[in-house]
Amino acid sequence: MKKLLFAALLLVSGFGLAAQEIPYIKADQITAWKNNDSDTIYVLNFWATWCAPCVAELPDFEKLNAEYAGKNVKVVLISNDFSRDVDKKVKPFVKRKKLKSTVVYMDERTPNTWIDLVSTEWTGAIPATLIVSKGRGFERFFEKRLHYDELESTILEALKTP
Amino acid sequence: MKKVLSLLSVAVALVAWSFTLPVHEGYHVGDTARDFNLKNVNGKMVSLAGMKKAEGYILIFTCNHCPYAKAYEDRIIALHKKYSKLGYPVVAINPNDKDRQPEDSFDNMKKRAKSKKFPFVYLYDETQEIAKAYGATRTPHVYLLDKDRVVRYIGAIDDNHEDADAVKEKYLENAIDDLRAGKDVSTKETKALGCTIKWRKS
Repeated sequence: MKKLLFAALLLVSGFGLAAQEIPYIKADQITAWKNNDSDTIYVLNFWATWCAPCVAELPDFEKLNAEYAGKNVKVVLISNDFSRDVDKKVKPFVKRKKLKSTVVYMDERTPNTWIDLVSTEWTGAIPATLIVSKGRGFERFFEKRLHYDELESTILEALKTP
Repeated sequence: MKKVLSLLSVAVALVAWSFTLPVHEGYHVGDTARDFNLKNVNGKMVSLAGMKKAEGYILIFTCNHCPYAKAYEDRIIALHKKYSKLGYPVVAINPNDKDRQPEDSFDNMKKRAKSKKFPFVYLYDETQEIAKAYGATRTPHVYLLDKDRVVRYIGAIDDNHEDADAVKEKYLENAIDDLRAGKDVSTKETKALGCTIKWRKS
């Protein structure tokens, strides 16, 4: 467990600075974020480079990341592209779009085993977003394209939750 | 007249109320699914009732553009080849709005069906009424129905969308096999990644 937490800490603190490497995560990383009982608010967004509504909402997540980074809000963009496309498509995409939020790759092949770990409300369609802070007792799931207004109002609600 | 008016006002109230409801949840396993009459890529209208010899139906909401759906095309063709002769044809339905996703227009469905030689019917749910009634949210999204249109399985085709050779569990085939053996389907619901259905802008 300690090891897991350390890995989680490393992951959220170390990346997103220079040119992005794209760490591969397993389902237990999702669980680690959900179980992190600090007051950090995790914004976990499930997307793919070829998913038009996902790509359309990315600037809104980038804006949120920029505006709320100082308030313990961590945006993590979790790519669900095919594994063969990580080097070919995801990395060039992240570079081209100059994404500043942390981008990771969901390195799991059997969605049926991990979709419910994210949220039992999720039917599996992307884009999907989980906003969660165990320390604050806040959790909200969206299976749709989000806009900045709704993202920000959810974050403000989470920040008000003790 | 008064009676008609009061009935009318109830109807209006009901309609207004239905608009305020959250998205229809759709069918669950055990529900009886509705039939439909949708246009196939060959121009003919298709209903489940019209498939006289069917012992059940493998309904798959799918589309042209979605990479998850494309990754399953060959597997869906193989499913139909294996199961249609046993009485379980694949009924593929594209529910996407062509204005939001031009690749999923009826013309492009015809092209895709031709180039991939789809052996199954590929229907266009232009009003999206059927996808809504079933509660489909993504492509691909499977509903296995028995002869009486009772939903027996909902979910994924198998456990690995990316690599057909690495599949460990064929959820849908297992469900059909259970159904054919007259058994209760052991895994009734699974989840898969998919592309959101491109609903019409209201």
